[in-house]
Amino acid sequence: MTGFVELDQVSLKYNEEESALALYKTSFSVAKGEFVAVVGPSGCGKSTLMKVVTGLWPATAGRVTVADTPVVGPLNFVGMAFQNSSLLPWRTTLDNVMLPLEIVKPHAGRLRKERKAYEAKALDLLALVGLKGFEQKFPWQLSGGMQQRTQLCRALIHEPSLLMLDEPFGALDMFTREELWLALQDLWLARRPTVILVTHDLREAAFLADRVLVMSARPGHIILDRKVTMSRPRTLDGTYQPGSIALVHELREHISAARAKAV
Amino acid sequence: MPHVQKQSDTATKLTVGEVFDLPAITRPKGFFERKNVRRALPWFVIIAMFVFWELFVRALSIQEFVLPAPSAIFEALWQWRQPILENAWQTLMTTLVGFAFAIVIGALGGIALGSSAVVYDGFYPALIAFNSVPKVAVIPVLVIWFGIGTVPAIITAFLLSFFPIMVNVATGIATVEPELRDVLRALGATKRQVLIKVGIPRAMPYFFASLKIAMTVAFVGSIVAETVAANAGIGYLMLVASSRFQVPLAFAGLLVTGLMGIGMYVACAAIEQRMTGWATRGSDTVSFTA
Repeated sequence: MTGFVELDQVSLKYNEEESALALYKTSFSVAKGEFVAVVGPSGCGKSTLMKVVTGLWPATAGRVTVADTPVVGPLNFVGMAFQNSSLLPWRTTLDNVMLPLEIVKPHAGRLRKERKAYEAKALDLLALVGLKGFEQKFPWQLSGGMQQRTQLCRALIHEPSLLMLDEPFGALDMFTREELWLALQDLWLARRPTVILVTHDLREAAFLADRVLVMSARPGHIILDRKVTMSRPRTLDGTYQPGSIALVHELREHISAARAKAV
Repeated sequence: MPHVQKQSDTATKLTVGEVFDLPAITRPKGFFERKNVRRALPWFVIIAMFVFWELFVRALSIQEFVLPAPSAIFEALWQWRQPILENAWQTLMTTLVGFAFAIVIGALGGIALGSSAVVYDGFYPALIAFNSVPKVAVIPVLVIWFGIGTVPAIITAFLLSFFPIMVNVATGIATVEPELRDVLRALGATKRQVLIKVGIPRAMPYFFASLKIAMTVAFVGSIVAETVAANAGIGYLMLVASSRFQVPLAFAGLLVTGLMGIGMYVACAAIEQRMTGWATRGSDTVSFTA
């Protein structure tokens, strides 16, 4: 059975130089509704992986398939969130969350007529991540954690079947980060989108993911594909239990080895 | 989120009463920290300048045709109010028409330059070269084409003011964060949608900032053109006045020009504040000096 997201021997070169090889024969598959985390040493091509899967950058060699369709150009349904808040400063929180609805079909056509219903949906989503009462605030009036929550809502509002998260909590302090892990887990459990999370935080990967992929140093490829067996919903205390600690330790060893090989 | 609220309940909180019991941190405001004083300050400076000027001229008994005293200038302003008003109106109109063209062409050109690398690479060097040509040197050519009068003044005002607008709009659009573009493109947004949803709103603060610069140079353009090739306008009036050694009248023309410039600048700044208050993050409502 083929997965929802399928990479087969994918290589990517940004230009003709030897050092521009970012991915080398990367293969993996993500099942529908699965939560996969990708970890690896810095500069290993994790963010490139995001671009290849979403079709924002074409693969130089190999095959990328999403939802049984080969990816040849940018996809048109993916929810994305990044480390830096990429909210629009001239829009309120609510209007920022509504942005994908103005673009994604079929919502874009219906938005004008059914604005109230869509707004209610956005408000529900914001309430779910604890942003009730902040709908009319502008991004710069929110804290970093609140901005990232808004970004998550924006990535989820059109109920995408694929969610790509590129270190979405990287710029936050540990407590805020843990809060958002819980929020993300709740959202995922409620809607079960397919998620690919790029992160450098191994505890985060172990807490959130069904499966963790470890990438080698540049040019990146998958060197470990590790299932996470802890039951859901997971708790923050659970991340300090022996099973979780052992997993983080194991991941860490693989990454150090990959780093050592690169140097 | 429920997880968060639970934690904050256990924290010790100051009650409202306790907060007011804390000693207030206040200190007496200095003279220059008072709001009214701050507001009056620019007027005070201007008046003081005129008074100093008046005294300076009188004390050294400088001839009127070298440097007229403010009293003489204001007298000339009142005496010649009719021709000054007519010519100021002419200048204002030519400037505004030129400026309006500059806004349209500058904004459209900026959007084209900023959103297409091909257009940018192709046209930018030519535009730089064009902008380096002194516009005063173009006026004789304009006179050959359009004759003496309003048209060369409008075109000069336009030529001087469209470039800053175009470059600023292009910068605003070209510097859209790549992540933001990725978010939209992964949702299936077309180039046009990215431009409308993100590029243009993002370029607005750049656009308005450039308007303030463009407005001032538009005045320069029309007045320079009027002094070279026109039979109306403040520039023309000043030229005639100085050729007749009516120096106070020439200075009155300068004064009016300055007033028009300030008026337009204030108008641009007010529109900017209304349209792009988000870019200044409401910091204007907080006084850092109070």
